[in-house]
Parts: sequence; structure tokens; C-alpha cells
Amino acid sequence: MTASPAAALPAQGAKTRINDFSIQVATVNGSGSQTANTVLLRAIFQMGVFVSGKNLFPSNIAGLPTWFTIRASAKGYVARKASNEMLILMNPETAKDDIAKADTGALVIYDEPLQLDKLRSDLACIPVPFQKLVTASCPEPKLHKLVKNMIYVGVASRVLGVDMAEVKKAIAKQLKGKDKAIELNQNAAMAGYDWAMENLPDQDQVRVVRDNKTQGLIIVDGNEACALGALFAGCTVVGWYPITPASTLVETFIEYAQEYRIDPKTGKSTVAIVQMEDELASAGVVLAAGWAGARSMTSTSGPGVSLMSEFIGLGYYVEAPGVFYNVARTGPSTGLPTRTQQSDIELCAKCSHGDTQHINLYPGNMEECFQFSYDAFDLAERFQTPIFVVTDLDLGMQNWSSKPFDYPAKPYDRGKVLNQQQLAEAEDWGRYKDVDGDGIPYRSLPGTPGGKGAYFTRGSGHNAYAQYSEKPEDYLAVVDRLKRKYETAKTYVPKPLFRNLGSDKGLLAFGSSNPAAIEAQDLLAEGGLKTDYLRLRALPFTAEVDTFVQEKQVVYLVEQNRDGQMANLFRETYPEFATKFKSVLHYDGHAIDAKFIVDQITAFEQK
Amino acid sequence: MTTPTPSAPANKLGFTKQDYVGSKSTLCAGCGHDAITAQIINAAYESNIEGYRVAKFSGIGCSSKTPAYFINQGWGFNSVHGRMPSMATGASLANRQLINIGVSGDGDSMSIGTGQFVHAVRRNVAMIYIIEDNGVYGLTKGQFSATADKGSSLKSGAVNELPPIDPCTLAIELGCGFVARCFSGNPKQLGAILKAAFAYQGTVVLDIISPCVTFNNHDASTRSYKHVKDHDFPLHDLGFIQYSEVEDVDIAAGETELVTFPDGSKVAIKAIHEDYDPRDRYGAMKAIHESMEKGEFLTGLLYINPTQPPLPDLLNLVDEPLASLDETLLKPSPAVLEDIMKALM
Repeated sequence: MTASPAAALPAQGAKTRINDFSIQVATVNGSGSQTANTVLLRAIFQMGVFVSGKNLFPSNIAGLPTWFTIRASAKGYVARKASNEMLILMNPETAKDDIAKADTGALVIYDEPLQLDKLRSDLACIPVPFQKLVTASCPEPKLHKLVKNMIYVGVASRVLGVDMAEVKKAIAKQLKGKDKAIELNQNAAMAGYDWAMENLPDQDQVRVVRDNKTQGLIIVDGNEACALGALFAGCTVVGWYPITPASTLVETFIEYAQEYRIDPKTGKSTVAIVQMEDELASAGVVLAAGWAGARSMTSTSGPGVSLMSEFIGLGYYVEAPGVFYNVARTGPSTGLPTRTQQSDIELCAKCSHGDTQHINLYPGNMEECFQFSYDAFDLAERFQTPIFVVTDLDLGMQNWSSKPFDYPAKPYDRGKVLNQQQLAEAEDWGRYKDVDGDGIPYRSLPGTPGGKGAYFTRGSGHNAYAQYSEKPEDYLAVVDRLKRKYETAKTYVPKPLFRNLGSDKGLLAFGSSNPAAIEAQDLLAEGGLKTDYLRLRALPFTAEVDTFVQEKQVVYLVEQNRDGQMANLFRETYPEFATKFKSVLHYDGHAIDAKFIVDQITAFEQK
Repeated sequence: MTTPTPSAPANKLGFTKQDYVGSKSTLCAGCGHDAITAQIINAAYESNIEGYRVAKFSGIGCSSKTPAYFINQGWGFNSVHGRMPSMATGASLANRQLINIGVSGDGDSMSIGTGQFVHAVRRNVAMIYIIEDNGVYGLTKGQFSATADKGSSLKSGAVNELPPIDPCTLAIELGCGFVARCFSGNPKQLGAILKAAFAYQGTVVLDIISPCVTFNNHDASTRSYKHVKDHDFPLHDLGFIQYSEVEDVDIAAGETELVTFPDGSKVAIKAIHEDYDPRDRYGAMKAIHESMEKGEFLTGLLYINPTQPPLPDLLNLVDEPLASLDETLLKPSPAVLEDIMKALM
């Protein structure tokens, strides 16, 4: 060893961070590090400690640098934390840069030959002879690269005080069914642990101590939670096209459908899933299937929504249902496909040319990814329109601790559909007539026997009877009714949630900004600035949102895009209060953190 | 259903031909598309099609207006330009009992919609895919389409220098099991092919040369009525025998070839032009290419292979329409959710 860890580790007596720290692991993409990182995350989780994991990965299959951050929080905060108490540096290409950015005092585990201890003296360096350990623990040279990562799991477990029994359990869970791989990886982890036991002294800077915070909790990502929501919502037609970070939503749905969507009597499938040639075709499948009475969905990201825009406008104007997931990523054009942002807010709010307004749902945690997915299919059929479920890479692809999902007991709402008998009895039925005054017409489904109810759906101008029309009064009747329909949606979409500390200063966030906003609210309050927090969960804005905007003197609106897109929607909806909105904007592709919000709001307050 | 008058005969379902009509056409007088519409009405009537099971799809263009002009008892969807195939795909999956008719044009299918055409055919979506092919964009007043023949000219005198895309050879290449070319001016042939198309299970591609009387009917056009009529080479006399009629029909031995569909229906083919076997994929490709080089339109059933499974079968879908499946079948039980949650702990 090039440095004595005993000398490098901090002196006893410094304040120990118990179950409250971040670890950042730097590796090479495609080296199997995702498995190792998930094992470490799970092992800490199994110790009863609240954890969240964020994978900062490149748009690349193998070879480029990738970082994984594990945050443990006794208080239950799950947002990204800007500072890291431990670094595990396995990538020679980024090690120097990584160490330059390290926070003072951080524990740094690294591959011995990198000699990083020579670069900074204010860090606690832990050089590990990985090559020696991997050679000794793994008989097959071709597997060395893969199991090498499991060695750092063992070393880190020893340094942090993670129980190796939990590590072994996590490996077995992660590699379920692959006995040889389990054994190999467990051996590698133990090799790292044993080496660390022999060579490293105890440290009390950062510790994992067994707790009971995670009992009964699950670890899941948002794409899986959404897929499960769609499964329980009875989705029957999926048209999709692969795109990062949305692909795993449908891929997970496929896995569950293969198990739970087989008719027990016939062995045949109750869902049609087709990988289409592009996003345009996916949108066509979704809307036509919805038009024909199926519950349909697609999962895409910003570039896909751009391509689907024409169809979304058709769905809005002809009133065809469908659920559209936008698992958003960073930037216009290709942007940063593997980074997160909330920058499709205005796109999804008004997708398509012409006057359009769409119902949008913004889940802010895993339970909502599940529940809102379930609700989205009801809303699509109730309102006969495309529904956007807007998440992002951070929610969709990262690991989150969550309460298990409640069973969605509410029966499906299939909306205003007239069957054969109702059509026979209906007097003067018109596809686009507003019979109930809520803007929602009654529809019929293709294939309904009896000779009544057939109509011609067209994206061109039409009247209340679905007949072609270019008359101004007919056009106005349809689009003004569509606006009424959108008004009606205000009483159906999820209301906002509040976390009020008793203040006339408002804090407003949505979706994946929620965890950082909550933490920031606490930090601000600790610093003497109380806020009332509204978490927005849907478009259109409901009455509770109206009241909040009216009552607060200022509304700090947190979002992850450059242009303050949600703030723009607020200023447009509440022009008389336009000056109340102060934007806190985070848009570098990393998930937002609490400190950023605190700093921005503090700066506003000091102006 | 209208009450049949003594003068209006009814088909086996009790419907008169009037029950298969649609709204009044707003196309130009003499448009070939209207002749096609008439044959669709006729074939649906003669094939005893249940109108309520018909779903009609189209994109944008003159041809795409026509689904409003036939089978009013069916549902129609005039969607966006070039995207009709994905609409038909979605609806056909939602309800596999629908009889799907897609009407498109050469502009809609061979330019903006080429991708969707290609992939719908690849998937063998259960639909009759009609291309009303006039080689010109009519609704935007006469620009060339991608099926315009090399050397053909516009009214303005502009000459097309680009090679045409041929929907039929493309469809055969993609594995389509029912490919035909017709001329809107030959109703007998078109009628027989449409009836066979109604009995077919997967994607039917019908390229129907349908001259545009307004923008592409001049002497220098290769898609004018006169030119097509002079260069139309029907391959065979076709007869279609519905499965219910098979027992009653006496088929002459000798020159007539029979192709049997899975439901027992039969297409009777009597070669008249040359020795052409529509079951020979490579032979069909060769003959079509050779005829195109000579500036001829080979018409008739170009290729037939009725054994390929349509998309709902490829996806192993349940027999009843997905759209009408009940919540009890679709929503997994609380115990299932509990199991899934346990696996995530």
C-alpha cells in the first residue's frame, strides 16, 4: 500500500454522521457496476436506513464514465445531495477530476495504482489493491472486470459498518436464479470486506447503524411503478417506440403482462403490445385503439412527444382517448438523453398546432406514479382525450424507497359510452353534442351492432353530429365546448398537496422537484424563513391552486428547466398576479438538490 | 336497414345495396375514385358484409375523403396525412372483429406515409389497404406524386425525372400475402378482387390506377384514362366464390386455377394474358418489373398466399375484442399486488 489508511482516516472525536451521508461511486459504463451499486444500496436499505440511489450515466453502452450516488437519510430526505461524504473512484479516466471536486474530509476509496493520495491532503484516502484481491477471489480471469466492483462493496461495507449478511442477501436478490454468479459475487464482496477488516482501522466519520425506517418499504423506480399502474388499470393496447429514459416503462409492463395478462381459460393474451416503427405510429395506434374502445398507452420522452404532436392535436380535436407517458430528459433536440429535466411542461400542456389544452398529471413519488397511472386511464376515457402523465428520468429510472402501493379498489370509469340499447333509445344522438353541460359528449364504439351510432370521425372541421363543416358557428361550438370540457377536468384531476408552516410566502414545486423542495422548506425554516408549500399534481389548475396564488404574497416556483415553463403557465392563467412568481430554476441535467433551492430563495429574500 | 322495395333485391343479411352507400361524393365529376367507391359498395353488398363491423380509415388527400362515401353503417376515421396504417393497426388490435378498410392515395402512402405503409404490411395488419393511385397530388392542385412514371408530364409541362415507387412490388417484397393491381375503369375485375379481399385475413394491398380527370388526364400523362386503358394488361379472369357458395358452384376444369382461403372461400383464376401464376412470388416480381419496363400496367391478382397469420394471431390475442374485456379479467387481484410488492421489498 502506498499510504497508511490508519494515518489517513480522521481522528476520533469528530461528529459522526449516522445514517446521513452520500456516497458517490465513479465507474466505467458497462462494467457491471450498476449491480454492485444496487447491492450496496439494498444492503443499507435492509439495515433499516432510508436510502435513495441516483445513476448518472452516459448515453453510451460501454466505456464512458458513469457515477452512482447513494444517499442515506435518517430524516427521510431522498433528493440528490450536492456534497458527498464518501467517494469510490474506480475509473482511472475521471479519478483526478473526481478527486479535485471532492468535499473536504471525504473518505475516498480508490484503486491503489491511481495514487490519488498525492493529489490532495485534506481527504481520507483508502487505497485498495483491487487487482490483487480480484485475482485471489475469482478463478476466472474473464470475469475479473465484473466482480471487481463487488470488492468495493465489501470494502465500503466494512468502512461504513454495513452487515455483510445483508450484502450477501442483497446479492442473492439482485442476481436471483443465477447461483454461480451469486456465489462469485458474494466471494468477491467478502474478499473486499476481509481485506478491509485486516488493513483498515475503525472510522467514526460516517456510519450505518441499524434502524427500523425501511420496514415494509419497497425499492422501485418510477417506470416500474407506472407500468404497474397501467397493468392494474387494465391497459389493453400499447404502441411504443424505444427511447431513453422511457423504454423501461413498457419493457417492465411487458414482463408483468406476460405473467398477469394471460386469460387463464385460453392461455391467450389480454393485451396487444406492438413496438412500432416510430413515435408517430405509436401515437396512431394509441388513439385509434382508444377510439375503438380499448385502454391504450404509449411511453416516450420529449423527442417522441415532438413527433407525436400532430396526432395529439387530432386526439384532442376528434376526442379520442389515450394515455401518453412523457418520461422527460434534458434539452431540446437530442439534448442529454441520460440526464433529467422538467422541460417539456409547456410542450405537454399545449401539444400540437392550433388551440389545444391537455390534462397533465405530475406524479411526485412512486405511489403517485402507480396511482396516477391508474387514474390516467379513467381520465382518458372520461374526457375522451389524450392524457399526459409527465415524469422524468429522475423519477422514472432512479431507485426510490416507497411505501408499498395501495390496491386501487375504485372500479374503472369507462366514461360516456353508449351501448347498442342506449343508442337505439337515444333521441337525436350527436357524437359531439353537449348533453350534460359539462362539455363531454357521448360516444359510440365501432362494431356496436344494431345499425345505430356509426359516425365519421374527422380531424377536419365538424359539427355536433360529426358532419363535415366549415361554418364559423360550428367550429366555435366545438372548440368552445372543448374549453368547457377542460374546465370540467378541474374537479377530476388530483388536487395539490400542502405542507404549510404558516406563512404568506409560498413555495411551489411538482414532480421530481418535490423531494428537494421539502428538504429546502425545512432548511429554510431552520434558518428562520417559513414557507407554505404547495405541490402541484395536475393540469388544469384546481380551485385550491387559485386560492394559494391569490393568498400568497410571493410564490417561489421551483422547476427544472431554463425558461420557467410552469411559471409561464401560471402567469398566463393568473395574469393579475404575474409578479408574484419568482422562479427557482435548475437545469444542468442533474437532479435538483435542496441547497440550490435554499440559496436561490435566500438570494431573492435578500434583494 | 332500409325496407327493401320490390325492385331492390336484398343480400343474405337482408340488406339492399342502398344500405352500403355513404354520403354524396364531393370529388370532381368523372373521378376514378368514385368508380372505386361504387365497387366497394357493390362488393360489400355481394359479400354480405355486416356494415356495423366495418371500420374505415384514411389519411389526407382526395382518396382519403372517399370513406365518407360508402358504408354509412360503419365507423369512419379520417386521420392525419400518411398515418392511416397506424390508425388501422390500433383499431384492429382493440377490436379484432372489425373489418378494416383503409383508403389512401399515392401521395398519402408513397411519400409521407411510406414508413407506415411498409410496417403495416410487414405486420400483416388485418385490413384492406386501397391505394387510389393517380400519380398526382389532386387536393393541392396537381403536383407529382412518388408513383408518377418517369417521363410523365404535368399539365404545366413539367416532366417527372424520378423513378416511381411501385406499391405492388414493394408489398410483395415485404411479405404481403394478397397483392393486386386494378384499373378503376375495369369494374368487373375490381369487383372480383374486392370480394376476395373481404374474405382475406391479413393485409390486402390493392393498387388501383385511378386517373385524375382534373390534373392528370392530358395526353402527355401516363396516368390518363386513355393511356391506362391502352396499356392495361389484365392477367386473368377472376372469380370469387364465398365459402358458403363453394358447394353450389361448378368450377370448370382445365384452365381455371383455384386458390383456397382458410375459411374455405376460393379464388378462381383463368389466365388470359400469359402464363402467370400468382402463387409464385419471384415469378410475380419478374413479370411486374418486365411489364413496367415496357410501360404496361399488369392488372389482376399479382400475388396470393393466404396462409400467413394476421397480427392478432401473431400476438396470440384472445378471441373477443380487447375493447370489450371486463374489469374482472383485466385487473389483477389484491393478492397479485401484494406478491409484486413483496418481491420489491
